[in-house]
Amino acid sequence: MSEHQVVEHDVIVIGAGGAGLRAAIAAAAGGASVGLVCKSLLGKAHTVMAEGGVAAALSNADERDNWMVHFADTMRGGQYLNSWRMAELHAKEAPDRVRELESWGALLDRTPDGRMNQRNFGGHKYPRLAHVGDRTGLEMIRTLQDHGIHQGIDVHMEVTVTKLLTDGDRCVGAFAYDRERGRFKVFKAKAVVLATGGIGRAYTITSNSWEYTGDGHALAYHAGAELVDMEFVQFHPTGMVWPPSVRGILVTEGVRGEGGVLKNSEGRRFMFDDIPPLYQGQTAATPEEGWRYVIGDKEARRPPELLTRDHVARKIVKEVKEGRGSPHGGVFLDIAWIKQNIKDAEGHIRKKLPSMYHQFKELAGVDITKEPMEVGPTMHYMMGGVRVEPDSQMSTTVKGLFAAGECGGGLHGANRLGGNSLSDLLVFGKRAGEYAAKFAAGNSAVKLGDDQVKLAESEALAPLERDADADVGPFRLQYELQKLMQDKAGIAREETELTEALEGIQKLKARASVMGAGGSREYNPGWHTALDLHNLLTISEAIALAARERKESRGAHARVDYQAKDAAWGTFNHVIKKGKDGNMEIRREPLAAIRQDLQDIIKEQG
Amino acid sequence: MAKTEFQVWRGDSSGGELQSYQVDVGPGYVVLDAIHQIQAEQANDLAVRWNCKAGKCGSCSAEVNGSPRLMCMTRVDDLPKDKPITVEPMRTFPSVKDLVTDVSWNYEVKKTIQRFMPSKPDAADGTWRMDQYDVERPQEFRKCIECFLCQDVCHVLRDHHMHDRFAGPRMFVYVANLEMNPIDTGNRVAQLRDELGVGYCNITKCCTKVCPEHITITDNAIIPLKERVVDQSYDPIAKLLGAGKE
Repeated sequence: MSEHQVVEHDVIVIGAGGAGLRAAIAAAAGGASVGLVCKSLLGKAHTVMAEGGVAAALSNADERDNWMVHFADTMRGGQYLNSWRMAELHAKEAPDRVRELESWGALLDRTPDGRMNQRNFGGHKYPRLAHVGDRTGLEMIRTLQDHGIHQGIDVHMEVTVTKLLTDGDRCVGAFAYDRERGRFKVFKAKAVVLATGGIGRAYTITSNSWEYTGDGHALAYHAGAELVDMEFVQFHPTGMVWPPSVRGILVTEGVRGEGGVLKNSEGRRFMFDDIPPLYQGQTAATPEEGWRYVIGDKEARRPPELLTRDHVARKIVKEVKEGRGSPHGGVFLDIAWIKQNIKDAEGHIRKKLPSMYHQFKELAGVDITKEPMEVGPTMHYMMGGVRVEPDSQMSTTVKGLFAAGECGGGLHGANRLGGNSLSDLLVFGKRAGEYAAKFAAGNSAVKLGDDQVKLAESEALAPLERDADADVGPFRLQYELQKLMQDKAGIAREETELTEALEGIQKLKARASVMGAGGSREYNPGWHTALDLHNLLTISEAIALAARERKESRGAHARVDYQAKDAAWGTFNHVIKKGKDGNMEIRREPLAAIRQDLQDIIKEQG
Repeated sequence: MAKTEFQVWRGDSSGGELQSYQVDVGPGYVVLDAIHQIQAEQANDLAVRWNCKAGKCGSCSAEVNGSPRLMCMTRVDDLPKDKPITVEPMRTFPSVKDLVTDVSWNYEVKKTIQRFMPSKPDAADGTWRMDQYDVERPQEFRKCIECFLCQDVCHVLRDHHMHDRFAGPRMFVYVANLEMNPIDTGNRVAQLRDELGVGYCNITKCCTKVCPEHITITDNAIIPLKERVVDQSYDPIAKLLGAGKE
């Protein structure tokens, strides 16, 4: 039996993106000794990829904005399946969380009078996204990182957690290995915060990095936690489509916020063709009105390109399917056209969208100040996550286990608004860290079960002990799973395909249980991928199962065989839990009645 | 499809060598795509760091045909076709395995730098007013993705191994961002002079050339910091009058 090092903290935070860093800072501020565990080097997490901005009703760019409008926008965007309490906390607390970043060294773009500037984004009634050009996520993660390293937090870089350790219904730690040497670490903790982000690696075309293997979702599930809203997978409407090697890389919604328009091969702005009823009163009637909105005319309504992501993504798929797509299977996104309206459009575009300019110039050979981009949907965000108590972010079923950011569920309902993820990770990262520290202070020391640790060790070593064959190895299986999910549980879903997905996942699970990785324990990506694969299989099953159960189309979940939204299905969330027999179980959890004052706000905001 | 030969350094701290792999290079391939193909099909245990594959996280730093580059932003069709493409780890840092190096020193140095120290908020609402013009100067430095290619290429570190006396271009960019933040009240001049060794930089501008974020490291960050050190530490008149340093 191999050796392991035991590391003890009051609170461990798993994941060091925005949510994990914010949670670690809050837990340390709460007096806890904190360990921060991350799969990559510090500051490399997927938060760096966030581009457009962080949503907060600062009302700097439009004084009509306030938390109530933000709350109502978030609920409408989520098709009212959101946890209303989380949506309330989020809208109320986001402004303070964003301002706080400035006191930690963040430098966001300014309004003419020197306050933080805010830009338009899909589904937000007023310009609400504080930003730095199109690299807002980098600004946030670096700010949190540079602040965090002075808070007495122990950072365990390039360490991957493979299992949560439990004592009855309480989480008491985590089992992990370090990527560099493959040595085992056992984290003993009074409280554990999951902040592992999303699940993008379950799909072929994704904007997500390799780290997004659903670790937090799967770790929590196997430890007895509930998962909620797993059918809601956001496909961002605009990912790069050409060349193939960059397929899926994100093209920020900020392009459309700055006036970019979507056109099909006939040159038609097809987004004007179909405005959903929930948004008819808020959408521009003409391109001319849309442009006035972009340049800040408060009387104008937003252009249809800035409708919610689920809707825009579906419209793009429709254009492509009906033969009006671009040469490489997308549609055209044109920002260069604004030169008709403003002087020095080229300089303006390069200043407002510098990363986009470089990304297209260097990777696709396209100059976005002169020609349109080709874009298409890319798997981007997981609305579903660990089901938590809204105020504390503690799991509904596992004590001492908290979840924040993308791996936590509830805030976004059936569809997330752009910009709400960065505010989500600040607001609920802080809450999770704070409550985890409180929980740790109020609960006795923990005892780790040797059997659990031994089992975790043998499970982790298993892929190295089996014979390796690249044709049936971890990369091959991951590739097959991605293709299965892309084809059968992707943007447009159907009963028989979802059943095929579930059957395919079972077959892949069987193959994964006998798969060998080859190589040694030292920085071995084959081995790492083999271990991550188990998490991907778990969350893929949850997605396909919840998607098959929801026989309607709502938000990001679009069923070909049930195309209409059905009010009866708008009364509950799907909750997934591991059954006593080890099989995945799904149930309907009725929505909690929305507090009266919040109902009034929703009504007032139309 | 014609195969392209990649020579990838395989090994660890005890040594290693270039190994040859044949890769089917698809349209638009970047070097990282080739490395991934090798990893998936020929060498599952080929160690490489990467995250975003879009030039934003700064993980996949390596030396491609001898030049410090991000593998995800280096197009294969931009490289010479008449010879194999070599991919080696950053040579300034100790090897861990294959293309992965031990960059922990950077994180240690950063921790020693005096942290951000904001002034009292100057607006009634408890926030600060900052002009866009004033913010843009440090914003250039905040584009840094910590790929450490500038550290890799800097001869003070690479050839002279002065890691104990010299913090390197990345850290000067970090200090410049703090010093030029409109609301920072710290003063890192003595630290720059005595601990971070800004004086050792002799302005060869290699760092600026390799920066994938196009930060003008030498001109905009290091030289202004050198000027601050000189301004605050060395007074020629006082020296003439025999008052010595400071």
